Order: sequence, then C-alpha cells, then structure tokens
Amino acid sequence: MTSTPKKLAEYAAMLGIWVGLLVMFGLLSQNFLTGATFSSLANRIPSLAVVATGMTLVLIIGGIDLSVGSVLGLCGSVMGVALVNAHLPCWVATLLALGIGLVAGTLNGVISVFFRIPSFIVTLGMLEIARGLAYLSTNSQTKYIGSPVEPMSAPIPGLGISPAFLMALFVIICSQVALSRTVFGRHLVAIGTNEEAVRLAGINPKPAKIAVFALLGLLSGLGGVFHTSRLGSSDPNAGMGLELSAIAAVVIGGTSLMGGRGSVVRTFFGVLIIATLEAGLAQVGASEPTKRVITGIVIVGAVILDAWRHNLNARGFRSLGKRTNP
Amino acid sequence: MENPAPLLQVKGLVKSYNVPVLVDFDFSLRPGEVHALVGSNGAGKSTFARILSGLTLPDRGSMHLLGRPYSPRSKREAEDAGVTMVLQELNVIGTLSVAENIFLNCLPRTAGFIRYHVLHEATRRALDRVGLAHVSPSTPASALGMGQQQLVEIAGILARNSRLIILDEPTAALTDPEIEQLFANIRRLQSEGVGIIYISHRMDEIQRIADRITVMRDGRMVATHTATDVIPSQLIREMVGHDLTERNPLDAGPTGGWALQVENLTSADVLHQVSFGVRHGEILGIAGLIGSGRTETLRAIFGADAKDGGEIIVNGQQATINNPQDALRAGIGLVPEDRKHQGLLLPQSILINTTLSTIPGHANRFGWMDSSAEAATTKDFCDRLEVRCSSSGQPVRELSGGNQQKVVIARWLARDCGILLFDEPTRGIDAAAKDTIHQLLRDLAGQSKALVVVSSELLELMAVCDRILVLSRGRITAEFTPSTWTQEKVTQAAFAGYLDTRESKQTT
Repeated sequence: MTSTPKKLAEYAAMLGIWVGLLVMFGLLSQNFLTGATFSSLANRIPSLAVVATGMTLVLIIGGIDLSVGSVLGLCGSVMGVALVNAHLPCWVATLLALGIGLVAGTLNGVISVFFRIPSFIVTLGMLEIARGLAYLSTNSQTKYIGSPVEPMSAPIPGLGISPAFLMALFVIICSQVALSRTVFGRHLVAIGTNEEAVRLAGINPKPAKIAVFALLGLLSGLGGVFHTSRLGSSDPNAGMGLELSAIAAVVIGGTSLMGGRGSVVRTFFGVLIIATLEAGLAQVGASEPTKRVITGIVIVGAVILDAWRHNLNARGFRSLGKRTNP
Repeated sequence: MENPAPLLQVKGLVKSYNVPVLVDFDFSLRPGEVHALVGSNGAGKSTFARILSGLTLPDRGSMHLLGRPYSPRSKREAEDAGVTMVLQELNVIGTLSVAENIFLNCLPRTAGFIRYHVLHEATRRALDRVGLAHVSPSTPASALGMGQQQLVEIAGILARNSRLIILDEPTAALTDPEIEQLFANIRRLQSEGVGIIYISHRMDEIQRIADRITVMRDGRMVATHTATDVIPSQLIREMVGHDLTERNPLDAGPTGGWALQVENLTSADVLHQVSFGVRHGEILGIAGLIGSGRTETLRAIFGADAKDGGEIIVNGQQATINNPQDALRAGIGLVPEDRKHQGLLLPQSILINTTLSTIPGHANRFGWMDSSAEAATTKDFCDRLEVRCSSSGQPVRELSGGNQQKVVIARWLARDCGILLFDEPTRGIDAAAKDTIHQLLRDLAGQSKALVVVSSELLELMAVCDRILVLSRGRITAEFTPSTWTQEKVTQAAFAGYLDTRESKQTT
C-alpha cells in the first residue's frame, strides 16, 4: 500500500501535467481559458470517466474489457427504443439500460472465469455482439429523444456543472474508496498481483473477478445513459472506439496492464488529460488527423514516463535490499 | 573404451551460493564411457551438470575437454564445444515439426526461407541414428510420446556433433519399452565414442548402463567405482556418510490426540494409498527424493490439487476438502514450496501479505477494512516471528528469504490454523535464518499445533521432527522415530521404491 504523502505526491504530479496542458493551450489560444471551455469539458467527461473507472478495476485484476464502447452504444440504443418506441417512463428506460450493461458485463466475467478464456477474447466477442444488437434494436437509426433525458447533462443553474458530472465524481470517489478500503478492493489487488498465491491463501478468486466485469458492464450502461442525455438522442454508433480512450486514460493514470497496481483517482486525471487535449487541440484548430497523432504520442509518452518512474523506484529498493540483505 | 586419454577432466571444482555446493570436486570421463553420478538431494549433482553445460559459472577449479581448457560461459559455448545436457523437463516445442525442433538454432536457409529438402534429409539421418527412422521429419513433435520426444532431443544433440552428453534423470517419464530404446541408443553413442554423464536415482538402471559410478555427498566426490564392483547398499551408505550426532531425545514427546489423519490418499500415478496421522504438538517429517510425491501429498491434503481418493480426518472428524477454502475452514494451512510464486504477493506490503487469509476477520460486515486492526495483527505476528523489516508497509520483495518465509507463516498464525503443512520451509534460506525457522517450528509444536514438514534435507528433518515418514514413488516405505532413525536407513527407504523399477511397473 502506498503511504498517504506518496499518494498525494502522485496526485500532485498528475494535476501538474493537467495544469501544464491548460496553460499551454491558454497560451496558444486566447479563447481557451474561459468558462465555456470548462463547462464543455465537464459536459464531455462523465461517460468516459465512469467507463475508465470500471476499466481501472478490470486492469488491476490483470484483465481487459474491449466491449465497453459497444455495450455503451447498446445501452443507449435500448434506452432510446424504450423511450421513443415503447413510451416507457424515463426511469424505467434508464434502469433497463443499466440492467443490460450489467448483464453484458456479467456475461464477460462468467465466460472468461468459468471457461478460462482470456478476457481479451471474450470481450472482443462481446464488442461485436453488443454493437450488432445496438443496430438491430434501433434499425440502425438515431432516435431523437429530447427533453426527457437532457436535464441530466445540463448544467445545474448557479453551479455550472451537470448532474451527470456530479454522479461521475461520486462513482470515482466510491470506486477509489472501495479499492483502497474494502475487502473487495483488497481482493482485486491481491488477485492481480498473484492469483495462485491468493488461491493458496484460501480465497476463491472467482467471485471478485466476475464482479469486477459485471461492475464495468454496469458503468458502461451508465455511460450510455450519460451519452444519450448529452446528445438528447440515442445513437447506435455511440461509444465507437471508447474502449481505447478508456484504456488510454487508465494507463496514463499509471495503472499497470499486468495487474496488481492502480488508482481510480489517477485514472480520473488521465480522463481529464485526454479530454483537455481533445478540446484544446480543437480550439487551436488542429485537424482531426493531427489530433490523433498528438493524442497517440501523449499516451505512449505518459506510459514511458510512468514506467521510468516505476523502474527508478524499484531500482532504489533493490540497492537498498542489497545493503541490508547481502 | 580402453582409451586412456580422458574426454573430460575436472579438478578441484568449487561452487558456493550461501552454502558450499561443490567442494574440491574431481571427476573424469573417458570417451565412450557412461559415468553415473549418484547422491542424495542437494549433493551437488545438478550444480555440476549446470556448470558443465554453461548455465552456471564455478567459483574455482579447472576443467579440461579433450586436453584443452574448458570453461563455458553460456549454454551456446558449451554446445559449440560439444557438451550438451538433456534436461529433466524436455525442451521440445510441440507445435513445431520434428525437423524444426532438431535444427531449431541452425535451420538451413536461403534468404531467410527454410530449405526444407536439406532440412528433412539431415533430419532423416539424425532420426536414423536414434532408431526413429520410421518417424517423418514433418511430424509435429507433440504427436510423439514422451520417450520419442526425448529421442528427438537426443537426435538434435547428435546432429550437432556432441561429444559429451549429460542425462539428468532421463527415465523419469519413460515407459519400459522406451527405456530399453534409450539404453540401446546410449550403447550406440558409446560405440561412437560419445561420453555420457548419467544422473539418476534408479539403482537398477545405473547398474545396467553405467561403466563407472561416482558417489557425491555434500558437494564432494566420495568414491568412484567400477559399476560391476559395487552393490546398491554400499552406494547408499556412501551417499549418507557417517551418521552425524543424533538429536538429543525430546524432553517431552507429543501427547495430544490426532489432529490430522490421512487415509488412503491416492492421486493418479503420483500417490498410492498414502496413510498417516499427526498429533497435536507433534512435528511429522516427510522425507523422500524429489518427485517421490511429497509436495503432492501436502497439496492434496490442502485441496490445492484434485485427488482421486482418500479421506482426511481433522480432530477426529471427517473433513471434505476440495479446495483451499475448505482446508482453511478445517484449520489447515500450507506454506508452499515456491514461496515467491505460490506464497507471496511480492510487490505488496508485509501487511497485505500477512492478513491475506484473514481479510474477513479484519473487516466489518459491510466489507469495510479495519486498517488499524490489520496493522496491529501485522505488528503482533511480525514481532513474534521477529520479521526484520523497515515497516509493515515494506514490500515483501525487499525482504530476505528467511523473513519472507516468516511472513507466509505469520499469515497462517494470524488465521490460527491448528495444522500447518510446510513444504521445504528453509529452501534458499541462509544458515542463521534456518536456525530461526527450526526454532519457530519447535515453538509452534509447543503451542500444540500439528506440523507436517517436507524437506530434502534429512538433517533438517532429524533436527526438528518427532517422527519421519519416508515416501518413495508415491508410497510410504518406512516410518522412523528418533530412536530408530539413521541417515542410512532413511535414505535406504527413500530409494526403496526405485530399487527394482521394472518389477513394480509390472505390478501396477
């Protein structure tokens, strides 16, 4: 476990990178450091933030989930169909979307755990299945919903941020607390570090592994709800490529793809960095291709930095170890 | 075979890790000779083989191959000089063809494309030499049986013109006909002047195949015999040496009732009707050669591996143990053989490792961890076991082997397990820490816990145990008490299952 001052230093470092980005874009564009930019940032972030939060937990156990974008799309589509075609009340449609996300995630977990198939493969399959179902359920059409769903993503008067953003923050805080303070979190970290040792310590790793995929499915559903409310319509193409943005945000936050190490709060900074980069590059007039090149460089650069920092630490420990235990 | 010029001449070889493993070891091998190496676990056979094949560097000593100084710094250098080792675990890649396996590091090629006709022609010649002429070079290696795979590996060695081959327990996974085939090949190699170092526990095979036998003990060469001049019991006596001073008789023997009884524990091919019991306050040792089923016994009791049959009775009551969780509920803990891969979460803190099996006990009913209770437990057990560390937040990776082992033990003590299974509790631990662990084992028994200790070191078992069982080929072959055990008797029992392999194979 990381000690509190060390943890704060890590948060501060991530915060520093983010502020650096803000300053850079502020210098490049007169209109960047304005309330409008922040408001739009806060508006774009929630769906990526909740998905990346769940993704952090999945990566901590050494798994991966490629289906989050499709599941998000499917959940949004189902919500649209429920509201527009079936005229169901909004809260029922929302619950339906969340339920479908939960089912998809649970399936991912159950199949990979009980058939011992790498989660990469299972979720690759789910990526196709969920996207296909999204098209089937909507007849490949975008459905305009409008006012019933929009308030969730509209800024609360006087506060400037939306209920969705507040909910995303709540999810992040709960997840971080669960990770560092609960039995569930302890199990995740332990399983990601050495599953065989966990099994021989008398812990059944399967329930936690399934739960973490189920949770990510649920959060993808929530992301779908946020996305639908932001656009005021349900789009079967929603969330295309989101899995990569989510994984990028998580690894920028220093979570190891090998499992056993990670932090939800730092993932949130990863989300902020990615979203700011996107907004800033758009503001300074970078073309879509240029944006992608730069985003790619930033992702790899951030991970190299993190690996380097981590190695430095490990090397420090090793020389220390040599001195004390010859 | 009358050639007096040695193929390999080794003089004064020294190697030590924390403890000396090879001490002034002398050895010689003539061309066309099969020279067997025998000795108990840890006698230094494997280290010698590793030095010869370039996997380990010696500290001191000289080696000459065909009169020229020989000091390989890598496997490649050794192979270039004509020295190859066939490992116990085969080095065959199942998905590749036989031909590709044999010539993997020297595939004939033109501009990167494999020249299959050349490859297959060379492969046919190589296979013919080991009596596998009927196997097609393009057969995937996985389609062959274990014995044939081993022959493929030997064919590969021959194709590289090896002059010296080291075989480490080559018959461990072979059936009788395959063994015969292997021996026929060894004879053929001999006639071609290849020297063979043959490491094995199986006395009957050694007597059949070897020209000379060298006995190793504690890293030294004890004696070299012409194979026809010596009988197994003499070899065993030499492996053991003189009995060291016996442990002082226990002040008080174990008095408690049965804590753990195991009846007819069976696991296909590995364990055959293993039955024993251990009392509260008793330390039961399990001796045996590597591969005799010691680890498998502990893992089967603990539910880490599935078993085919047998009953486990804890405190007089039948216990159903199908997985480690069941074992925990029955109050059984296992300190595994490989603490780094099976016991510890290396990058995680001492605290996380110590409380791993008591997570629910350190949480409220909502799943909220009580970190101050965790810290208290960790401090309590680390103090009691004298774990040397900077803080309970220190990653266990940074601890010494002895302290790491104590952390694993602390985990089970925190769980208050009444029955503790130890698999090689002092492997890779320096002498001082070893003593501490031994003392700890005695203390635990003093608290009327029941301990089962598996160790390759007989002296260790004799130092800590109240009773020693001997496993040999998955069967219990003897049971000793301090008044009846001697190193020689225990070693004899450890070899008992291997003395006449052919007969026991026919009956099973």
